[in-house]
Parts: sequence; C-alpha cells; structure tokens
Amino acid sequence: MSDPSEALASAKATADRLVKAKRLNACLTPVGELRKALVTQAQAAHPSGVLYGMPVAVKDNICTLEFTTTCGSKILESYRSPYEATAVAKLKAAGALIAGKTNCDEFAMGSSTEHSAYGRTLHPFDKTRVPGGSSGGSAALVAAGAVPAALGSETGGSVRQPASLCGVVGIKPTYGRVSRWGLVAFGSSLDQIGVLGRSVHDAARVLSVISGRDPKDSTCEERDPLRLPNVPESLQGFVIGIPKEYFPADLDPAVRRACDRAVRLCKELGAAVREVALPHTAYAVPTYYILAPAEASSNLARYDGARYGPRFDGSADVRALYRTTRGEGFGAEVRRRILLGTYVLSSGYYDAYYRKAQQMRALIAQDFRNAFDRGVDLLFTPTTPSPAFKAGEKLDDPVAMYLSDIFTVTANLAGLPAISLPIGRVKGLPLGGQFIGQAFLEDEMLEAAYALERVVPGTEEA
Amino acid sequence: MAAPASWETVIGLETHVQLRTASKMFCGCSAAFGAPPNTNVCPVCLGLPGALPMANELALQLAVRAALALGCTVHPRSVFARKNYFYPDLPKGYQISQFEQPLATEGSLSYLSPDRGIATATIQRLHVEEDAGKSLHDRFPKQTAIDLNRCGVPLVEIVTGPDFRSPQEARAYLLTLKQVLEYAGVSDCDMEKGSLRVDANVSVRRAGQPALGTKTEVKNINSFAYVEKALTVEHDRQIALLEGGGTVEQQTLLYDAKTNGVRPQRAKEASHDYRYFPDPDLPPLVLREGFIAEQQALLPELPAKKRERFVEKYALSVTDAAVLTADRGVADYYEAVVHAGADAKAAANWVMTEVLADAKDHADGLRVPAGALANLIGLVRGGTLSHQAAKRVFGEVADHGGEPRNVAEALGLIQVADAGVVTGWVSEVLVSHPAEVARYKSGETKLLQFFLGQVMKLSRGKADPKLAQRVLEERLPA
Repeated sequence: MSDPSEALASAKATADRLVKAKRLNACLTPVGELRKALVTQAQAAHPSGVLYGMPVAVKDNICTLEFTTTCGSKILESYRSPYEATAVAKLKAAGALIAGKTNCDEFAMGSSTEHSAYGRTLHPFDKTRVPGGSSGGSAALVAAGAVPAALGSETGGSVRQPASLCGVVGIKPTYGRVSRWGLVAFGSSLDQIGVLGRSVHDAARVLSVISGRDPKDSTCEERDPLRLPNVPESLQGFVIGIPKEYFPADLDPAVRRACDRAVRLCKELGAAVREVALPHTAYAVPTYYILAPAEASSNLARYDGARYGPRFDGSADVRALYRTTRGEGFGAEVRRRILLGTYVLSSGYYDAYYRKAQQMRALIAQDFRNAFDRGVDLLFTPTTPSPAFKAGEKLDDPVAMYLSDIFTVTANLAGLPAISLPIGRVKGLPLGGQFIGQAFLEDEMLEAAYALERVVPGTEEA
Repeated sequence: MAAPASWETVIGLETHVQLRTASKMFCGCSAAFGAPPNTNVCPVCLGLPGALPMANELALQLAVRAALALGCTVHPRSVFARKNYFYPDLPKGYQISQFEQPLATEGSLSYLSPDRGIATATIQRLHVEEDAGKSLHDRFPKQTAIDLNRCGVPLVEIVTGPDFRSPQEARAYLLTLKQVLEYAGVSDCDMEKGSLRVDANVSVRRAGQPALGTKTEVKNINSFAYVEKALTVEHDRQIALLEGGGTVEQQTLLYDAKTNGVRPQRAKEASHDYRYFPDPDLPPLVLREGFIAEQQALLPELPAKKRERFVEKYALSVTDAAVLTADRGVADYYEAVVHAGADAKAAANWVMTEVLADAKDHADGLRVPAGALANLIGLVRGGTLSHQAAKRVFGEVADHGGEPRNVAEALGLIQVADAGVVTGWVSEVLVSHPAEVARYKSGETKLLQFFLGQVMKLSRGKADPKLAQRVLEERLPA
C-alpha cells in the first residue's frame, strides 16, 4: 500500500469492522472517537512506512497519545498519558494506524480478561467462553478479523495464552528485544510487549518494527531491530526438543493429539526431534506467583489518587485517601496480588520467598540453557493445557486460573522468545502450540513457525 | 560508695549529599535549586504509568569520586534497589536507592577532634539514590502542597560507624566531610539549600562499658549550627532519662530548631518495613573497566595531602597551611600567587589576612588577581611601597582593578628613597618635637620609633622607612 487514499480506505474499513466486533467488548475505545482518530492518523501516515495503512490495535496497558490508557482498571479511568510508548511511536513512524485500545485483565493480571473494570471480553467463537488473557481484547479482535494484528503484553503468557484460545498467532519476544517505555509495569523483570496476528507473518512484521534499542529503557538491549527471515522450504537441520514435563500423563488427550500431529509435521519437514528434560518446570508457577506479585506490589504503589486518576476519598487524611482510593480503585485480583507481593517482600519473609524464588528462577533459566547447549535449537510444547474455558469457571478458584499459564510462564521467567500458533481445534475451539527459542534468536523461531504454519491444519479437529 | 562512671556519648552519622549534576539521577530534568514548584518534572520523576529510569552517567562518576575521596572500596558491580513506602512527595511509592550491594564500602575520614586530636571515622558505606520531593505544610492553610522539583535529584548517602564521642566531634567530622567533598568537586554541600543533610544515631553508655546503649535517630538537622545543639539536646535527654531510672526507647526524633528540643516523629511517619528488593527496571550497575581509575585520576589533591605539601614545600607552619588549604579555591589562589613570583611566607601572610578578610566581606570572592597580588608583594619587598601603603593599594585594586604599581603611583604612594627629601622630612619632625628630642637625648632611645612614625605620617607613608631610620639615627645624638 502506498497510495494515500488506500490508507484512508483502510482506516474506514477498520472502523466498520470494529463496529461489527463491538459485541465482543474487546475494544475499549468508543467507536465514534476511534473512527475519527483512524482517519486523522491515515491522513498523517507516511506512505513510505513498511506498515503503511495497517491497523494495529493496542492493549490498554500501553500508553498512547490518541486514546486513554486505563489498564482495564477503575483507578486509571479516563487517564490520558502525556507521552506514548516507544512501541507505539515506532508503529506510527512505520505508517501503521493505531486502531484503538483493547480490553485486558486489570493491569494485565489474569488469564481470561474477566478481571477488567470495563466488563469481560467474549470469545469470538463462543460468547459463553473467555478469550484468554490478559491480552484477551487484542486476541479477540484479531480472531474476529477486525484487525490483522494487535499489541499485547506478556508477564506470564498473556499474549500466547489468549492467542492459543482464540486461534491466532502470538509472539512473546526475548526480554529486552522491545522497549518497555510506555508499557505500564506489572512485573518489570518479566514484562515484554508482544504481538498478536492473524498469521506468523503479520505478527512478525509488527514485531520487527517495534523491536530494537531505546535510550529510554535500560533493560532494552542495544540491538538493531529484528530482521525477518525468509519462509524456509524445510526444517532440515533444525533440532526440536520436546520437554517431557510439558506432556504430563494427565494432559488433555486432544491437546496431546494436536501436539503429536504438529511434531510429526515438523519431522516431515526435515527437523530432528528429541525429548529433553527441564527438571525445574514444576516450580515455575509458584516461582512466578512470588516474583510477579512482588514486583507488582511496588509497581502499583504509585496509584494512590494523589496526582492522577480518580480519588475515592471523603477524608482529609492522606492515609485514608490511600486506603479508599486503592481499596475501591483496584479490583479483587489486583488487590490479591498486591497483598501477596507485599507479604513475600516483608522483612522476615524475603529470604523464604522472594530470594528463594529468584534462585529458582535462575535454575529454570539454566534448564533451558542446558537443553540448548546439548544441540537443541527450539522447544515445542502445547501453549495451554486446554482450549477456551467457560466464563466464570475459574473466577472463584485463583489457583486453577493461575494454572492455565503453566506452559507459558517458563519462557517469561527465563526471558526467552516464544511463539504460539494454531495447531488444531478441540470440539470446534482453537488450540495453540508454541515454539520456545533461544535468547535473541527470534529469527530461527520464526522460521520454524513459518514452516509449520504452512502445513499444520490449524482449523481442523485434532 | 564510688561515684558512677561518667556518661559517654556514641554518635553515628548518615549524611545525604546532593551530587553536582545539571540533571536528575534517572531523567533529564534540571536538578537546579529554586525553580518555581513542579516545573522541573517529567513522566519519569513524576512516576507516571509506563515511565522508566535511566541512570545519569555524571552522577555515577561523581559518586565514585566521592567514594574514592573517602578512601572507600568501590565495587565494580552494585545493585539499585527499591525502598518502598507511601508518602505524597514520593510519586512512585518507592525511592530508588541501593541496599544489599552498595556502590562503595569500608572507607575512612580523618578529622581534627576537639577532644582527641586527629581521629578517624569509619565510612561503612556510600550508596547512590534519588531524592524525594518536598511536602510544604505551611503554604496553604490546612492543606499540604507538594513540590516535585527535588524528586529524583541525585544523592549519595554516606554512613559512618558509631565513631563519635561528642556532639563537637560529630560537627568536626561533618565540616571535614564537607571540605573533602567540596574539594573533590562532587557537591556544593550547602546545608541551607538542602544539598547536605544529616541524620544522627545517638546513644549513651557508662564510660568503659563495651556494649552500645539503645539508640535514637535524630532527623531534621538543617544547618551546621544545629548539629551540636541537636545532638547535645538528645544526649542530655537520654542521660536524664537513664539517671531518672528510665530507659531509652528506640525511635526517630525530629529536632526543632525553634524550641531547641526533639520530639518523636508521629507514628504515621515512623519507620516502615521498606521491603527493599533489586529494582527490576535497572540492570546491576557494572562499572566498565578503567572507570574507577579514571575517576581516581580526576580527583584533585585532597585537603590533608595539600596541607602536608604546603608545610614541606612552602615552609609554612601547620596552622598556616591548614588555614590556606581549608578551601580549595583559596589554596589554588595562594599557589598561583607564589607561582607568579611572590615570596611564599609573605604570600601566606597576605592571603591569610587581607585576602581572606576581603573575601569575607565580598560575595564575589577573591577579587585581586593572583598575579597582581604577587606584584604588590614584590613592590613591598623591593622597597617601592611600605606595607601600609600596599594595603591601600590592595583595597583599591580589589575595588577598581588595575596594576598595583600604576595604582600606587596614581595614589602617590611610591616610597621616596631620595636622601635629600627624606632628610628634609626628618629635620621638620625634629624641629617640631623639641620635647621628645630632649627626652631622647637624656636616654629615652625607644622614642626613635615615635620619630619614625612621625616621619611616615608627615610623608603620608611615602618615606622609605629604612632610609628614614638611618637618617634619624644620624641626626639624633646617641
């Protein structure tokens, strides 16, 4: 696309598609405002950009100038950032159109997009089910065909898990590949902006644009933007590891069938497949649920009603202002994690929880390095233990909800890149499988995903 | 019954020093003092959602220099940590500081104790952190105003051991610390502007007891003048408590300069569980190879060293050398005067008297250029100017500039060494003081100085005093 009128046409068509997808409650930006903003952006977009005219929706925990940034929370209701995220600025510089803000679990804490102060997002195939989360709004919009790609964010699987449940592609880049400037922090050592796309290529080209160094984020690596690989003819020379811990005896048989089929297809493409062991996998979820809430308890301290966001006060006392604002402004899941995080950092508990979890995190990362050191290029696993679950099903059981991230949190803890792509359906519902790659070797991981995507019957029953 | 042993005071100090940078610790905002409230702010120091810190390279250089100046071991790898607490002037809800792995440890600073002579304070640690904003409680009635200009300004915290045995010692250490840090160029150490702040841990014990007593922390000591007062008030309070059979409670106290008393911090301000943990937004601070050596090379000669060198090189007394090296600017000025050709001893006397007195009265500091002072000293030494006349020339040059010789000529102060002219002045003096001449003749020879003074007066300071004395001695019978 390089004709200016095409960007305008794209903007209008996107607005129309977003109107149609309204029933999903996936986009938080009011349609009228969105249509106007899309047209304005289309007129300003530079036709030479590599994403010229491409609409990209943005998760609501990523700062934008055009729209409010609420993080799915009441405590940031109507909050408008005075600056925009580096990832968003890069998208705009490449000619993309920011197609509104997508619903998410409050502050990205959740796996179902039910923990949003602005209502739950519906699964595009079955309104009684969840789209996954926390980037459920982004996944649902892509799955519904409203946008070809959307930004999400991951702390423990929040891009790949909803991608799996909605039947789209989700990429979580290596920690440090994409700047976090403007991504509202949840667990800073784990957080990374990721991309959801209707195909590997759509997701990858957006990732390529938003990746690369940023002088505003000292955890962002001093590297050039990711270069997209060519779609390979085969997977000759690739060694794919199958970590046995991700295929427990009680794994859903349909999930196992879908994975087996994908692995068989990789072999047929010429890849060597071997079983590997990641012995500390069982500790990943508990480790994650110490470290992420610890960081969150500190990251979310700034929301106190003193400087921005609504105040829930009624008292002149500053302590009471904090209590009411934070007590009423945050939802139950966020409060639960703040309490958990505060507890594990408290004096007397720090060594037993936080320090121990850091040590375990190092062991989990070492597991991956050991596998890669033994000649494995990539790992393949199911993305989620099941397809989309019913709304409300896990709301009263936080641990069951946390376990839906059991196959995704490891890549976050180890800082590794991973991509989920559809590998089949289970009773009509999509299911994803993931490749986990080596740090900063997204190109190899994308090659494998390109190759598998071409042959896997992603929309057929497993 | 033997009298109980006297009380011993034990004090340790935590000093916060603002580093002399143009911008803040983790963002590009100006760190300047005195801007209108909330004008030096950005998303980072306001703690807006999604903003991230980037460490200021110059602040790290200055912090390392401060650590080296205090003889610390600088660690090539240290870790930024978050200190978590809620307060309205702390926008992120945490302060970025260092905790388990500070930048530097194990230093020391020698200072002159008024009680014990040269004493050494141990520096337990020196770490880098950002400042908080300011809560202004007296700006609007019944409301607290917040100014976040200071938020994020770079600081080092310097923690001593429990090494001081009196409030006077604590003050002497602080003055020495200020001198060293000013020398090193890392801070202006201006307590009035808040660029040097001190908290003190105070306890008392019976002399000779090895165990430390229960300590209190005294905060809000806002000027050097208050250091001794605040610490004295607190050690008196503790002794009175213990002698009355009470116990000291471990707590944080605020010094109130108006009442010269201490009061406990309100419970809600009291110490927290800060839940320190490594800041995940900042990678460990790894100083690149050579960084520490570069900062070492940039350190100037420090006061103690300079003092020794002045004694040796310029044959000065220790006291004079101490006066001349108290301030780096003065020390540099003194050396410049000597390098411009002045006699070292004469230059020392001039700097310690005329120059420092003039600097004290004038905010613009050392007003007479070093070269001009050297020339002036040369004129006195060569007999062209009397010392008295030279002082006048000094004042004139300080106020209006100019070359000393030209100024002296313009003022008509050049000494007259013409024997005929001087003899004329001598004759006039002797004629007009017959009584004194008579007394001199009867043996009161110390009146020679009186006649000399009269000659100088008559000549308005222009007579060469040596020549005048010789002529007087010739004309007055022995």
